[in-house]
Amino acid sequence: MAAPETSPTPSSLRNAFGHVFSIFILILIGVLAFSIRLFSVIKYESVIHEFDPYFNYRVTQFLTKNGIYDFWNWFDDRTWYPLGRVIGGTVYPGLTLTAGTLWWLLNSLNIPLSVETVCVFTAPIFSAFASWATYLLTKEVKGAGAGLTAAALLAMVPSYISRSVAGSYDNEAVAIFALIFTFYLYIKTLNTGSLFYATLNSIAYFYMVCSWGGYTFIINLIPMHVLLCIVTGRYSSRLYIAYAPLVVLGTLLAALVPVVGFNAVMTSEHFASFLVFIIIHVVALVYYIKGILSPRMFKVAVMLVLSVGLVICCTVVAVLIALVASSPTKGWSGRSLSLLDPTYASKYIPIIASVSEHQPPTWPSYFMDLNILAFLVPAGIVACFLPLSDASSFVILYIVTSVYFSGVMVRLMLVLAPAACIMSGIALSGAFDVLTRSLKFQLPGTSEIFASDAVDTGSESVILNKDGAEEDKSEDSVKERPSKKNKKKEKEKEKEKEKEKEKEKENAGTSSSRSHAERRPLVLPVEASVIAIFLLVLLVAFYVVHCVWAAAEAYSAPSIVLTSQSPDGLHVFDDFREAYAWLSHNTDVDDKVASWWDYGYQTTAMANRTVIVDNNTWNNTHIATVGTAMSSPEKAAWEIFNSLDVKYVLVVFGGLVGYPSDDINKFLWMVRIGGGVFPHIKEPDYLRDGQYRIDSQATPTMLNCLMYKLSYYRFVETDGKGFDRVRRTEIGKKYFKLTHFEEVFTTHHWMVRIYKLKSPRNRIRGKTKKSKSKSSSTISSKSSRTRKKNPWN
Amino acid sequence: MRKIGGCDLSLVLLAISFSVLFAPVLSDLVISKVDRRVDLTSQHVRLFTTLKVENNGTDSVSEVLLPFPDHQSKNLAFLTATTTEEKGKSKSSSQALPIKVVNPEGMPISLAWYSASLPKELGKGGQLTLEIRAVFTHALRPFPEKITQADAQLVVFQDSAYYLSPYVVKAQSFTVKLPEPRVESYTKLENAKLSGSEIKYGPYENIPPFSYTPIVVHFASNGPFAVAKDLVREIEISHWGNVQITEHYNLIHAGAESIGEFSRLDYQARPYLRGASAFRHLIAKLPPRAHSVYYRDEIGNISTSNLWGDSTKTLLEIEPRYPLFGGWKTSFTIGYGLPLHDFLFQSEGQRFLNISFGSPMNELVIDNLIVKVILPEGSKDITVSVPFPIKEWQEMKFSHLDMVGRPVVVLEKTNVVPEHNQYFQVKYRFNNLSLFREPLMLISGFFFLFVACIIYTHADFTISKSSASYVAKLQWDEVQTAIQQFQGVMSRCLAIHDKLEASLRDLSRTGDAQACKAARKAADSSLKELSKELKSLLGFLQSSPQAAQILPKVDELVVKEKELQEKLMLKHSIVVDAFEKRSGGRDTESRVASIQQKITALRLEVDDLLEVIDEI
Repeated sequence: MAAPETSPTPSSLRNAFGHVFSIFILILIGVLAFSIRLFSVIKYESVIHEFDPYFNYRVTQFLTKNGIYDFWNWFDDRTWYPLGRVIGGTVYPGLTLTAGTLWWLLNSLNIPLSVETVCVFTAPIFSAFASWATYLLTKEVKGAGAGLTAAALLAMVPSYISRSVAGSYDNEAVAIFALIFTFYLYIKTLNTGSLFYATLNSIAYFYMVCSWGGYTFIINLIPMHVLLCIVTGRYSSRLYIAYAPLVVLGTLLAALVPVVGFNAVMTSEHFASFLVFIIIHVVALVYYIKGILSPRMFKVAVMLVLSVGLVICCTVVAVLIALVASSPTKGWSGRSLSLLDPTYASKYIPIIASVSEHQPPTWPSYFMDLNILAFLVPAGIVACFLPLSDASSFVILYIVTSVYFSGVMVRLMLVLAPAACIMSGIALSGAFDVLTRSLKFQLPGTSEIFASDAVDTGSESVILNKDGAEEDKSEDSVKERPSKKNKKKEKEKEKEKEKEKEKEKENAGTSSSRSHAERRPLVLPVEASVIAIFLLVLLVAFYVVHCVWAAAEAYSAPSIVLTSQSPDGLHVFDDFREAYAWLSHNTDVDDKVASWWDYGYQTTAMANRTVIVDNNTWNNTHIATVGTAMSSPEKAAWEIFNSLDVKYVLVVFGGLVGYPSDDINKFLWMVRIGGGVFPHIKEPDYLRDGQYRIDSQATPTMLNCLMYKLSYYRFVETDGKGFDRVRRTEIGKKYFKLTHFEEVFTTHHWMVRIYKLKSPRNRIRGKTKKSKSKSSSTISSKSSRTRKKNPWN
Repeated sequence: MRKIGGCDLSLVLLAISFSVLFAPVLSDLVISKVDRRVDLTSQHVRLFTTLKVENNGTDSVSEVLLPFPDHQSKNLAFLTATTTEEKGKSKSSSQALPIKVVNPEGMPISLAWYSASLPKELGKGGQLTLEIRAVFTHALRPFPEKITQADAQLVVFQDSAYYLSPYVVKAQSFTVKLPEPRVESYTKLENAKLSGSEIKYGPYENIPPFSYTPIVVHFASNGPFAVAKDLVREIEISHWGNVQITEHYNLIHAGAESIGEFSRLDYQARPYLRGASAFRHLIAKLPPRAHSVYYRDEIGNISTSNLWGDSTKTLLEIEPRYPLFGGWKTSFTIGYGLPLHDFLFQSEGQRFLNISFGSPMNELVIDNLIVKVILPEGSKDITVSVPFPIKEWQEMKFSHLDMVGRPVVVLEKTNVVPEHNQYFQVKYRFNNLSLFREPLMLISGFFFLFVACIIYTHADFTISKSSASYVAKLQWDEVQTAIQQFQGVMSRCLAIHDKLEASLRDLSRTGDAQACKAARKAADSSLKELSKELKSLLGFLQSSPQAAQILPKVDELVVKEKELQEKLMLKHSIVVDAFEKRSGGRDTESRVASIQQKITALRLEVDDLLEVIDEI
């Protein structure tokens, strides 16, 4: 397009104006991304949400208090009593270090923000960064317009909001930014072939490894793309520069993170990257030799190498496969395996399956979390194919894989969200591009076609220049390569058309009609484009409304404070913190508190008490022990807890106010996990005809287990009938006394009940004698029996 | 009584020791009448004593001694003495007397002595009325010490039925006021009488000095025994118009310790029977116009509080997260802002802060109170005046972009009761200009940031000007400009071609051959000029190595353009010739058509080449 010669100065002015405008838009997008996540602070308070964030918060507190070296060496004796946990070596430190650095920076500037405040606002800040990274990535793929659209979409996509509202201080908050930014730098390197960006890419990958276990997605997706490029004959030196340093530097850096360590070279998750690393070198060698040799010589060489190389390759691969296959899990971690085989977890690891966010999503959740993006994605994929470049093929690969993963685990919807935003951004921006151009083209009337055409080409060149201004010459040629092909195709069409025209009109001015003719296929009628623009704007408006609703209503509840709207006004259920505050002030510092693992992180962080199990479910046996205790009768449970030195038992009970996610509803998982390790706990004992019930039809095992008793102790006296509002039924066993436990605290709405283990002296005399005689009698003969009852004997 | 034999015995011993020692009469003062009233309705024991003092001796007396037994004096939080001079009928100005700790010789050591200095010496036969007000903390001992949820809380109070004094007391009485009529037991002496919730001892007459008859009252008291183990009050002054007060409480229920089960059911169903000893809420009486009130603890906001206010006060009713039973602890923070002009005043170039000392909660006993007054950065000449003795020192605090830090006046006092809630003053000098330091710092910071950005974008930070890459870049820039010029030339050529074509079209329409020829001439001349320009540009491009890759395309373009030009000229002359000769007909048309085809093809090629060059 021969536009620049018409007016160089105005176009550069426009260029500059466009730059400033897009920077301004980006700032606004950042503000939007930050502020849409503040609903939780406005509606509730500035507080850490849910379960895992409390652990991260606690780690950050430790880091800010004790410094980085103590942090690496931190052995936490407050969890997994009596095992403890090496926090420094088992935690992804990215989030903690980020927030810690932020806090340190602010405090060294004498801005006295508390660690909690910094932690609460880390996620919104990083979602602004993530939307900027999306802009950069999409710009590399499809230009600035698509980039801005994608960034705006990402700033408010509900799926991402659900993980990054203020207070949701979790790894994903920074990891999504790191993920997108790593992808951006990969594409940037691929487009420029610059070693500088390749180095940055490795560092970004390192940050991602620090932040989240999801880094394996990167280290598998990028090799897949490289392989795709090689297979489709798109190998270039840029591809080599984009990939080889990433593998070498990235793996070295990843091995520096304690939690990854040698996994970076040993586990199968990383295997693909090394395989592709070998392949790309072979390919590079082949290309090099091809350059040196004449075609005939080359053919001979290929024959030679193929015959020898294949044999070597086969043996190497066979050895590798044998090595991998010899390990029981085939070298894959449980979570990764459950990704590859969606039924794996439910078959073998009930702990992973018991977490609701590890379940496959339902269809409505796609609509809820992605909304219109779910429909725009196919259009985006088509747009990516129109000129298929290295970058757009990467994005296509990204969306395809992430759609699969999100289908396996609802939690990975988060990885899909950026891909969906990028695709929808491309689709929307492409559609707007066509529609507005055809409007611009037709509105001034036919007499001014030429003028408008000139303006149009001018604007086109502005966009092109914008791209070109920052990028090197080589990249330009890369970028335009596919589009050139396209243009040539268009031109062929054009030629045909022109020939036809010439037959009709000999004297027609070919030059002026040329560009006009080129546009013609893309031009839509004015009415159609106006309506289409209107509909698109409407669609996007719906999306915005939905996102704001999702941010305000669906995803901003901190889950430790519950509210309900009653006719008298807002009612607040602050029972969890009531219980944790009670524990922290009115029990001894070294007391051990047992609860189901969901409440472990919160108990250590808010009550500062030692817990037996927590949300880092690394020891199945330990969790099974607690599960067994909860599903055993009172005496056996007392013995288990006593052997663990537990002083208090905490249960969550929603029957009085109708809080559905309480321990009685989670109880079957306790039975399953406990039964998985201690076979005397059998799930059918707790089910009547395969049904889980707590009413008068319930099995005696169920009605006598500790969980039932602790939940419903003296519950019948509240209303005289013992009507459970969650299960919507009257409880089965109404009047009973506790013999081995005593109630020490129950919160205002009975949601948390804390019991203390009675000391042995207070037990009924006869029973003590019995148990004593039992233990004193020959251990060997009774051991099998006692072991059944108490796994810790 | 029999339950509490232990403490009884010690009291008896004490009494014996007094009578044995029987120190010499200090002076000739005689107390003609003592009226003592003790208020036990809250956890603060408030003792009001009215003394009528007479000087029977010859020397004039300037001070009155006030002894307290040790077990009381260690709990003594507050002591004032006022005199009311009786002038005629109307009671006139009461006057606070300075009180100091003294240690007179020859007196029993198990007593703590305070002396009130009289405003003027009491001459012979002079009379004076003294009002003494003493507040004790932790003077009520829970008994039994551990109770269950259902029990009421019982406490024990000990004192003497007679007024302990180094002087002869002629007539005296002692009244004990209890919170409720329920009394477990009390020491029954002569003239002791229980009526309702009051126990009255006396009147007794002519009691010698140092008489001590212990009495014990054991009664039910379910008032809140809220004790703040530590309270840190931070008062931060901002000259932008706000006094921010933050109070960190560390609270314990100091009554009888709760043992056994806590049943929420019982507590909710029968709160005043099962859980009478627990306290649910505290009321903080904040100054009027308090704003931005918050109430939280280390794990977040506490949602159970109420706030209401009028023009004289703001009432904040706070409820701890859970009801506090005996021995239970909690901690929380309240904070509020106050308008600056209510508390900060100016006099003689100095500013002084006038604000109350203690906690806004009236039911509280504070074991250790630390008040920190954080003055704005740049304050100097700081002086503090507090109406009672305290420990005082200064610190520095860094906050909100401080450079040198804010001076902090720290005042520490133990055993604080609501009577200490008096105003104290902090005087300091402060320059108004210091107010603008931080905004200016921010402004200049951003200014320099932007300036640095501007400089960075405009300056060339290339390390070496002679490096190969830099030279290459320069050359490449030159080549680019040359190519741009080249493109300009080419497009002008093409524009001329267009003009020629247009002239042909005009010719077919109007038949003006002359105009067509003129156009041809003009085109010829301008094309010649352009070719000259082209030559110099090509020369440059050929000489520069950077243009090597682009040169073939450029050359090709030039050749193609030349060809196109020739063909066009040919066509033009043919058409014009044909027109002039009026030959028309098939022949020319076919010739023109063939040429036209070539022209179109060439034109396309030229355009393609131009685009290719453009993309480079």
